[in-house]
Amino acid sequence: MNMVNLKINNIDVSVPAGSTILQAAKSANIEIPTLCYMKEINEIGACRICVVEVKGARSLVASCVYPVNEGMEVFTSTPRVLKARRMTLELLLSNHNRKCLSCIRSGSCELQALCNEYGVDNDGKYDGAKTESEIDDSAAHMYRDNSKCILCRRCVAVCEKNQAVSVIGANERGFATHVGSPFEALLDETSCVSCGQCIVNCPTGALSEKDSTAKVWEALSDDSKHVIVQTAPAVRAAIAEEFGNPIGTDGEGKMVAALRRLGFDGVYDTDIAADLTIIEEANELVERIQNGGKLPMITSCSPGWIKFCEYNFPDLLDNLSTCKSPQQMFGALAKTWYADKMGIDPKDIYVVSVMPCTAKKFEIGREDEDAAGVPDVDAVITTRELARMIKRAGINFNGLADEEFDMPLGSSTGAGVIFGATGGVMEAALRTAVETITGKELGNFEFTEVRGMEGIKEASYEVGGLNVKVAVASGLANAKELMKKVQKGEADYQFIEIMACPGGCVNGGGQPIQPASVRNFDDVRGKRAAVLYNIDKNMPLRKSHDNPVLKEAYAEYFGKPGSHKAHKAFHTTYVKRSRFGTL
Amino acid sequence: MSKKSAVPFRGTKEQEAKLYEVIEKYRNIDGPLMPVLQGAQEIYGYLPIEVQKIISEELDISLEHIYGVVTFYAQFSLAPKGEYQIAVCLGTACYVKGSGEILDKIKEIIGVDVGECSPDGKFSLDATRCIGACGLAPVMTINDEVFGRLTVGEIPDILAKYMN
Repeated sequence: MNMVNLKINNIDVSVPAGSTILQAAKSANIEIPTLCYMKEINEIGACRICVVEVKGARSLVASCVYPVNEGMEVFTSTPRVLKARRMTLELLLSNHNRKCLSCIRSGSCELQALCNEYGVDNDGKYDGAKTESEIDDSAAHMYRDNSKCILCRRCVAVCEKNQAVSVIGANERGFATHVGSPFEALLDETSCVSCGQCIVNCPTGALSEKDSTAKVWEALSDDSKHVIVQTAPAVRAAIAEEFGNPIGTDGEGKMVAALRRLGFDGVYDTDIAADLTIIEEANELVERIQNGGKLPMITSCSPGWIKFCEYNFPDLLDNLSTCKSPQQMFGALAKTWYADKMGIDPKDIYVVSVMPCTAKKFEIGREDEDAAGVPDVDAVITTRELARMIKRAGINFNGLADEEFDMPLGSSTGAGVIFGATGGVMEAALRTAVETITGKELGNFEFTEVRGMEGIKEASYEVGGLNVKVAVASGLANAKELMKKVQKGEADYQFIEIMACPGGCVNGGGQPIQPASVRNFDDVRGKRAAVLYNIDKNMPLRKSHDNPVLKEAYAEYFGKPGSHKAHKAFHTTYVKRSRFGTL
Repeated sequence: MSKKSAVPFRGTKEQEAKLYEVIEKYRNIDGPLMPVLQGAQEIYGYLPIEVQKIISEELDISLEHIYGVVTFYAQFSLAPKGEYQIAVCLGTACYVKGSGEILDKIKEIIGVDVGECSPDGKFSLDATRCIGACGLAPVMTINDEVFGRLTVGEIPDILAKYMN
């Protein structure tokens, strides 16, 4: 590799040619602050927080985009540099809603952290006119408060480049510049898919999930309700971060203990519904393959993906599996079989979901998601909201001893837990589908080809004389690329897994927010995914169809996978939408 | 608040055919959006959502991206021009002679903001830089007619002539 030698703060540094000053400094353990910079997708050098002095250069340069060269001498914290950064912060504050005390991002705000670091206080040094804005609370899943926006455009970049959704951008110019939608439409009038990637990439409190914790507190205090909670696989892989633990900490046991202390009548696991999804979906796939049904079949677990498909590929809706997502399957199972077994009226069961996902807040309001005539799921809170509840209840998360999920709906297999990472649904489905087709037990059931953080993965397997070709995509821009191939008939896959968020649910829009300074340099999603694969490895049962509680539920209530009763409870329908939303 | 034009879209088949011609002409160049938008504005006089949607679908560029460009450049307009195009000069001489108040009065009477067109398509309102008639300050024009040495009090009568 071609190396370049330079000096940063008089220290010799050697980095690969093409590196930026920011990267070179990082490798020498010198932190340079950033705000607008996001590796690969928002390298616009706009915010000027990362400026440094380069010997011989007339002005300060933006280190996030400035390439290193041989013999360069860089200074990252001279008085001139610090003064410039401080002034940038003061100017940002001059047009910023400084209601920090009650701000949802107080404590995790990148602007606040920098002001603190640079000794910039709240005295409004450059106060004057403020850009006018209104709060947009039209969407089911989020708020946009532009009075806290610093125009870094990270949300715009992630929406366009990672997600190919592109319903937000910079409108107008100069002082009137603001992040908005075409023709200043409200978010729910656009083709926003509710993935929430904009939220987890926002440095401030301008974007936030719609908080549903009040509804949950209320339900918990209502004695007439049987309030049960389900937690999605990816939540356990990240929630410990909210309590100061390193990325990649398995928080399952403490999360269960905390939920029990919050007062839920049953602490259950979405993993059982993931297993159920696999049983229904593998059955659907085998049927489509054997009976000449619509192929490729595409997974339907990710509500952001479903909405994206409805908006942008309405001609491919028949390719989607008709299976409800695990969240909805859980609610359906709870309000049918479980209600029956426990002798509780489904109307009195209140199902709370803890999800790594903001689109799940939209999903519970979809049509045809009410197996027992009442909504399958009553409230969705994200991983962040659960952490907020635990803190507010005064529960010392880190001090809790690990506890186990309740039975019966806490029963799960390793196949269910890997649902939270890209490739996980595919692998879980293969474990079941291959055994169904061949009628033989698999020796090695780790399909490692579909693991990993690449955007698009492909594999093919010889199954009982059939050549099964599969593809996996995460991030909607990758999904779009794959779907265009399917549309043109250039893809001969039988089965495709799509997750809306890059890396899958572990990197979902409802997960703990890591600052860009971490996201740019650390493999956040890979470390979280590793938690799930590790749990899978240590599970006694690792194939969905071996889940003992589901065997019981089928025997007692639903009959066979794909039966009339199962279909009624666990399958759903989709709607065609316009790529322009309702605009 | 939505910025969709309140004036109903009255695009014709001929205009649409011309728009597709422009799109075909620039489709394969690097950065086709600016010339296509310029061509579209020449054809329609403005860039309503109906036109931006066609461009979005044909060039596979998001509607938001297009809207962002359209609102960045002052040269692009989201509103059609009215039957009567009112332009108030906000050049230095006119401004110090009170053209700001004149503009406010016009806004109040016709009920549209600068850069907009009334829903019936009758009046559109623009604020211009110096039009070179400083001796007549403050000045406004309605189509080709020039009105000079204006006072706020005269405005209702002048506009009344165009109202019927």
